[in-house]
Amino acid sequence: MERPAFTDMAFLEVENVRRSFGGLVALDRVSFTVCRGQIKGLIGPNGAGKTTLFNMVSGLLAPEVGQIRFKDRTITGLKPFQIARLGISRTFQNPSLFLRMTVLENVMVGRHLRSRASFLSSSLRLPGQVREEQHIRAEAWRHLEPLGLAALADRPAGSLAFGQRRMVELARALATEPELLLLDEPASGLNTREKADLNQVIRRIRASGVTLLLVEHDMALVMDLADDIVVLHNGTPIAHGPPATIQNDPNVIQVYLGGEPDGIPPAGELNLKWTRPR
Amino acid sequence: MRFLQCNTPFATFAVLAVVTQLVLRAAGMEYCLTQLTMALYYALVVLGLCLVTGHAGQVSLGHAAFFAIGGYTSAFLTTHDFGPLPEPAWATGLKQARVLIEHSDLYGGTALSVSPWAAVVVALLLTFVVAHLIGYPALRLKGHYLAMATLGFGLIVSKIVVGTAQLGASDGITGVPEWPLGFGLTVSGRRTLRVENYYIACGLLLLTLVLLRNLIRSRVGRALQAIHDRETAANAMGINTAAYKLGAFVLSALLAALAGVFFTHYTGSISPSEAGALKSVRYLALAAAGGMASLWGVTAMSVILNYLSLRGFFGSYDNAVFGAILILIISLAPEGPLKPLGQWLRHGLNRNHHPRDETTGAPPGASDGAPRIH
Amino acid sequence: MALQYLLSGITKGSIYAVVAIGFNLIYSATGVLNFAQGEFVMLGGMVAIMLAQLGLPLVVAVGAAVIVVSAVGCLLEITFFRKLRHHSILHMIIITIGLSIVIQEIALHIWDEKVRSLPYFTGNEVSSLKFFGAAISPQVLWVLGAIAVSVVLLHIFLRYTLQGRAMRACASNPEAAMLAGINIPNMRTLSFGLSAALGGLAGCVISPITMTHYEMGAPLAIKGFAAAILGGLGNPMGGVIGGLTVGILEAFAVSRLPAAFNDVAAFVVLLLVLFVRPHGLLGRPGGEAVREH
Repeated sequence: MERPAFTDMAFLEVENVRRSFGGLVALDRVSFTVCRGQIKGLIGPNGAGKTTLFNMVSGLLAPEVGQIRFKDRTITGLKPFQIARLGISRTFQNPSLFLRMTVLENVMVGRHLRSRASFLSSSLRLPGQVREEQHIRAEAWRHLEPLGLAALADRPAGSLAFGQRRMVELARALATEPELLLLDEPASGLNTREKADLNQVIRRIRASGVTLLLVEHDMALVMDLADDIVVLHNGTPIAHGPPATIQNDPNVIQVYLGGEPDGIPPAGELNLKWTRPR
Repeated sequence: MRFLQCNTPFATFAVLAVVTQLVLRAAGMEYCLTQLTMALYYALVVLGLCLVTGHAGQVSLGHAAFFAIGGYTSAFLTTHDFGPLPEPAWATGLKQARVLIEHSDLYGGTALSVSPWAAVVVALLLTFVVAHLIGYPALRLKGHYLAMATLGFGLIVSKIVVGTAQLGASDGITGVPEWPLGFGLTVSGRRTLRVENYYIACGLLLLTLVLLRNLIRSRVGRALQAIHDRETAANAMGINTAAYKLGAFVLSALLAALAGVFFTHYTGSISPSEAGALKSVRYLALAAAGGMASLWGVTAMSVILNYLSLRGFFGSYDNAVFGAILILIISLAPEGPLKPLGQWLRHGLNRNHHPRDETTGAPPGASDGAPRIH
Repeated sequence: MALQYLLSGITKGSIYAVVAIGFNLIYSATGVLNFAQGEFVMLGGMVAIMLAQLGLPLVVAVGAAVIVVSAVGCLLEITFFRKLRHHSILHMIIITIGLSIVIQEIALHIWDEKVRSLPYFTGNEVSSLKFFGAAISPQVLWVLGAIAVSVVLLHIFLRYTLQGRAMRACASNPEAAMLAGINIPNMRTLSFGLSAALGGLAGCVISPITMTHYEMGAPLAIKGFAAAILGGLGNPMGGVIGGLTVGILEAFAVSRLPAAFNDVAAFVVLLLVLFVRPHGLLGRPGGEAVREH
């Protein structure tokens, strides 16, 4: 597959970030950039710090050291909702839906930051609010349909199967019309068919101009989708580059397959399927 | 058709209100309207809790304090003698604008007090400020901690009320004047105005219900529900969770204060027991018993139980019966006894027509959604 | 004079500490914050007074009262909380408050509104000991002694006995405890029983000083809760520090503020602590006070 070259300046820049919990260092000296329009993969064994990194980019955690910039603006220290408003949306490793709301309502919440109605205008149902509400509903439907969720629109989110929850969460994130979308293990818990669908969906998302940062354990999927991959191990990046390079990087192979030169036991959670399904 | 369907509950409420009044008149029991009116005002407080606890998921054990702040501020300003005033321009100005009015005091002299309208405005403003001051730090807390912070706030207010001589200490404030609302309506406990005041309370409650219903089925309502369900995710979706929680809290505090103001002018007095922790507990418990998130369940429960309590139906065991009812309802039907009824109604109605694209899909008469408290 | 306030603060504080420990015991074993905790203190006093009036010797009356109250505690757990374990925090709060109200009303109907008290354990209301110029009633020593002994015993129980360890295991990791063969429901009942017994004992020893009244429970519960929060919720021994802090604070507030406001000081401090250090004076930050769910 031919991969586009990204000469565009950095879209998201993570610079020398560090974070620890108690005495445990989760991330240290992590730097990388994501270019506009790219799909960036972020891989590494469990506990490598991937989710911590996501949480810092989306503002749920603050780095102790270092900076994160989005479109040349420093976003470290901003609250999650402020970061969301700048155009970064995310999904969670465990789908984090509003379980007592319907699927449609969940996606409508995604339209929150694209709408304005206040306590006052909502309770009085001012004409502007009524129109906006119709628009929110229409937009939510627009994001439900391409993911095949229209039939589930009125179901309570709490009644959905795991795979469906992932899709609803994706629809909710897309409804915010993000410029950068962070997907935290979108394929985990999905069956083969659902994974294939997901692959197509992610491609469509990228084609619509959204930049993606993808944490994923399914190597086949990452290698197939990503333009560029960062490998994290014990909180620091050990390799960075296009999939072909990563696959042949001796460090990476060692971490995933071999056990380390300095005797750290292998991160044995992965049975790497490095080959793409043909 | 759509319009009718959305508004049937409100029409039902209005019809029920009128029928109740007519039946009581026919039965010669119009005196019951007095307690019913008071119960309707109490229901306003519980509805506020329905919003902040049932929908936004934030527990408050301090709402009696807001009721008391409303009631006491209004009572104090309308009964305290601020005269004789110095005569600079602003004082005369206040008199001319009828913010300050002269009335005869208990001993036949004249006293200069604040007019009811002005007092109500001040009461609501004060509540607005206090609710922000307490809500801002308290709403960062969760669960038991938030409950304790609001309870602590309520206790402080109630101790201050009991301990301040100007507020009548343990006697409270009596002789609160009636409140001419305009349009020929007056909030007053006079017997001749009993029916009128019953309808004022009904109207206020109905208005509140409509506004809250609109709010709940809107962008704001969804944001609050999202916060209740999963705060982190709500924040990541661009919802300023702190601001929305505070907004719901302040709104419910204002409702409680408004109830306090009307209640005080209606009964002509306010006593420290209105500020007590037991009252706060009662409000929260009524909301829980009504299904927490269901506007109609909460309204029905609080009007009925408060009415029975005010009529002295539970006798000297009032608190015990109240406590027992709460325990029973919460242990046997934690989502409120009206929930099963609502489901049954929903089921019956859905057979006839399918209100598909209604915001919550809730047909009339049913609760406004699943009870939502965690 | 300051010493006098300090002593009175410590006396009051030790009662708050007992209530706080009771809160913590139940909270860490069951996740229920038992607002009816103060009623155990009231019941302890009332039952002991009734038995003493029937002519039982004081020791027997107190012992029996502790057992009765402990049984009431177990009964409450079995009747109301076993089935309700999966209920929300709000429901738990309302149920325990409801229980508190009902117990109070029952007490009112059994023992009416009269203020009662046990006789002084030794001496009488005028006898006092001199302690660096401050007068202490011997009963204060009884209070401090009884409470100190029970707190130490409880500490030993939780730390060194099998049952106590099992109870702490339930609190920190119920699933693992269950896998290890610990009968969790029984542990929860035990936690209610223990904390009720503690409350009952406190109710007896304090009765000669503060008197026993059917309404005394709720304010104690609230201050005990404040103490528990100050010491860090879920940490039984933190309650001791919290309780003493609240008690001493209150005693000094009495000297500065009009009587009607003396509770206000304690609550203002409680709010400040909640807002600034919600995890308590001793607890670690990042706890559940601000955590989601």
